[in-house]
Amino acid sequence: MSEAILHGGLILLFLAVAATSVFTRDTFSAITAFIVYGLLLGLAWVALGSIDVALTEAALGGGITGALLLRAASRLRHADHAAETRRTGPASHGLAALACAGLTAALIVLVLSLPHPAPSLAPLAMEALPATHVGNPVTGVLLAFRAWDTFLETVVLVLALVAIWGLTSDAMWGGRPGPVQIPEPDGNLAFLARLLPPFGVLIAIYLFWVGADEPGGKFQAGTLLAAMWLLTLQAGLIDAPVLSRLRLRLAIVLGPLVFAGIGLLGLVVSSGLFAYPPGFVKACILLIEAASTVSIGVTLCLLVLGPPERPATP
Amino acid sequence: MMHTLHSLLETASRPHGGGDLLVLAILLPIVALLLIVLTGGRFGRAITLASLVPGLFITGAIAHRVWTTRTALVERVGGWEPPLGLMLRADGLSVLMLVTTALLVAAVALYAPRDFRVPAGAPETRTSLVFWVMLLAIWASLNSIFLGHDLFNLYVALELIAFAAIPLVYLEGKKGTVMAGLRYLLFALMGSMLYLLGTALLYSHYGTMDLTRLAAAVNRDWVVALSVALMTVGLMAKTALFPMHLWLPPAHSGATPAASALLSALVVKGSFFLILRIWFDLAPAFTGTPGAQAVGVLGAGAVLICGVLAVRQTRLKLLIAYSTAAQIGYLFLIFPLAKGAGFERALSGGVFHILSHGFAKASMFMTAGMIVAACGHDRLAELRGVMKTMPVATIAFVLAALSLVGVPPTGGFIAKGQLLSSAVLSAQWPWVVVILAGGLLTGAYMFRALSSCISPAPLSFQPLAPVSRIREWLVLALAVIALWIGMFPGVTTRTLEIGRPAPLEARP
Repeated sequence: MSEAILHGGLILLFLAVAATSVFTRDTFSAITAFIVYGLLLGLAWVALGSIDVALTEAALGGGITGALLLRAASRLRHADHAAETRRTGPASHGLAALACAGLTAALIVLVLSLPHPAPSLAPLAMEALPATHVGNPVTGVLLAFRAWDTFLETVVLVLALVAIWGLTSDAMWGGRPGPVQIPEPDGNLAFLARLLPPFGVLIAIYLFWVGADEPGGKFQAGTLLAAMWLLTLQAGLIDAPVLSRLRLRLAIVLGPLVFAGIGLLGLVVSSGLFAYPPGFVKACILLIEAASTVSIGVTLCLLVLGPPERPATP
Repeated sequence: MMHTLHSLLETASRPHGGGDLLVLAILLPIVALLLIVLTGGRFGRAITLASLVPGLFITGAIAHRVWTTRTALVERVGGWEPPLGLMLRADGLSVLMLVTTALLVAAVALYAPRDFRVPAGAPETRTSLVFWVMLLAIWASLNSIFLGHDLFNLYVALELIAFAAIPLVYLEGKKGTVMAGLRYLLFALMGSMLYLLGTALLYSHYGTMDLTRLAAAVNRDWVVALSVALMTVGLMAKTALFPMHLWLPPAHSGATPAASALLSALVVKGSFFLILRIWFDLAPAFTGTPGAQAVGVLGAGAVLICGVLAVRQTRLKLLIAYSTAAQIGYLFLIFPLAKGAGFERALSGGVFHILSHGFAKASMFMTAGMIVAACGHDRLAELRGVMKTMPVATIAFVLAALSLVGVPPTGGFIAKGQLLSSAVLSAQWPWVVVILAGGLLTGAYMFRALSSCISPAPLSFQPLAPVSRIREWLVLALAVIALWIGMFPGVTTRTLEIGRPAPLEARP
């Protein structure tokens, strides 16, 4: 009974926050509502018993996506005004409402039509999990059974970053991203930026380490690292990196390169590409996760910072 | 390194081995692009050219293996059996696409260096980094699409190709190209979401995403129909089928020539290839149905309306881009045509069209790039005599145009001939009219393009920059391949048969 009340309350809150995000005219308020929505979605996943998805949703859906949207909104501040003057007509509103209603109706029918119990690969994954020597089935799927998908996803992240860099002008190439932050040595932000990062890094390492057996892993840990870096940048304690530095480039490609290297090694010491050598399965997975945590952290932070837009030396 | 190479050769020589080659075909370009990101755009050209040799070798080895054993080559990545793990599979259709892609990527890599020089002393330039990284990314993601045998793995491949293709659209940095790229992104994202929704629907009902297992399990019911519809509409948006073609002409014509060639010849075929897989391998019961007829109507709309738009263009690159939007329409005619006795002909006609259009269109966009380099613009009315400075490219342009129109003995002729005969075999006469009318329109816009370029030069015409002879021979080689496909159609049809599901009994 109490669970039903909790779930019902969560759903109502959901709808309210979603409606706020859609109907608010002010961009920043809409984004704030969207971030809250992401965090609530994380809670919903907890309620459904998927702690891994909950952590990822809160970190990526609420955290990084929110930061990306805020950054985009601050760049579009001038364009906002132009959008105000060009209202869309009732016809296109009606069409959009109709399309959304149709999609929602289709989804409702679909969800109600799902077979009970739904066919699932979960029992099969649990059965095969001992062969991977990790205790968290999500990690087993991501880094053993479907490691190939995960590898390709880490490459998608690198491509997205290069794609964003490509948006700058030729003259700014080799420069730094983001605006110059004026440090306020005694401000609250600077205080937090000195206080939080050691804890953040420690928690990130914990999340990565525990990911092998409990909910956690490289995406959650990497997001936390990105957040800590962004905080110190925002406070002006350090400057954004020059994007052509070799060390930075190495940090970006380290994860996928280590992944590819271990994958290739399987050809020599195991049964084939992306097959881990027997006895070293967990070690390989941890190595890949460690390298990926660094790359994901750096790449997510750089995605938020955007393309280079000022010279390396002022 | 030597050890790796040695055991690789050993694996490849085992009678039932060689599956590792499929992973390598995707892994090699990825490692190369990561090395370019690491070392900078200055080394982009060198690393790309160095990766072409092993890349072509791997492609050749896969083709040789599939051709000699006449069975599909499969690999369970990491040794995990589907449905838990995922499988890569190369049948004859995959091999045709892998070889086409490898040849076109090689041609683009040899054509492009002139446009992406890094000035002495500069560590790298924006365009050099982005272009070489994305060229290799397109190679890897296309191979991933052609070899994927798992719906979610194919979704990841779709994501890869979107992020590889879009930066190429705004690479030149000209006004409007960023807008074109953004529009492409929105269409691509909508397409991805619909595809993913269809995949999730199938998984929730059948508990697997492996194509073979799904094909054996699916019924002709509304769940499958809805999934196929969702995925098809999503992929149509990515393939730029009329009326979702709006993003294509500005994106393809605004890109740098080497990139336009890739986008028009290959990238749109990637998403189309998945539609083929879904309709012909996953749920063949749906071809020839009213739903398939509706898809065909959109295809006819593309052939006719985009064809008319192509005739009305006043700029060469836009004309070629509209021609792509029109030629894509033919590909969608095969779904209504693949009915009863016309089933196999429709598929092979579509495949001939993919291949010959790929080579012809790449050749054409590259020639257009040479024309822009020589004149500084591509206004058709003022291009008189430009081809006089590039005789070899002229021959290439004419050959490519003939293939697009479908004149014998080009690949385009076989493609359209097969489509026509499947329309006759399945007694669907309206499509015959569409195919013939499309041929006339193609003839009209190709004549417009050629007549302005080939007509006698004004005496004063001087090219802005010397014409590259390497580029001339490259575009000729591509056009000759489009011709060769039509002269030896047996190679293509005999390859296409390999690893296909047993032909379905003729359906009413």
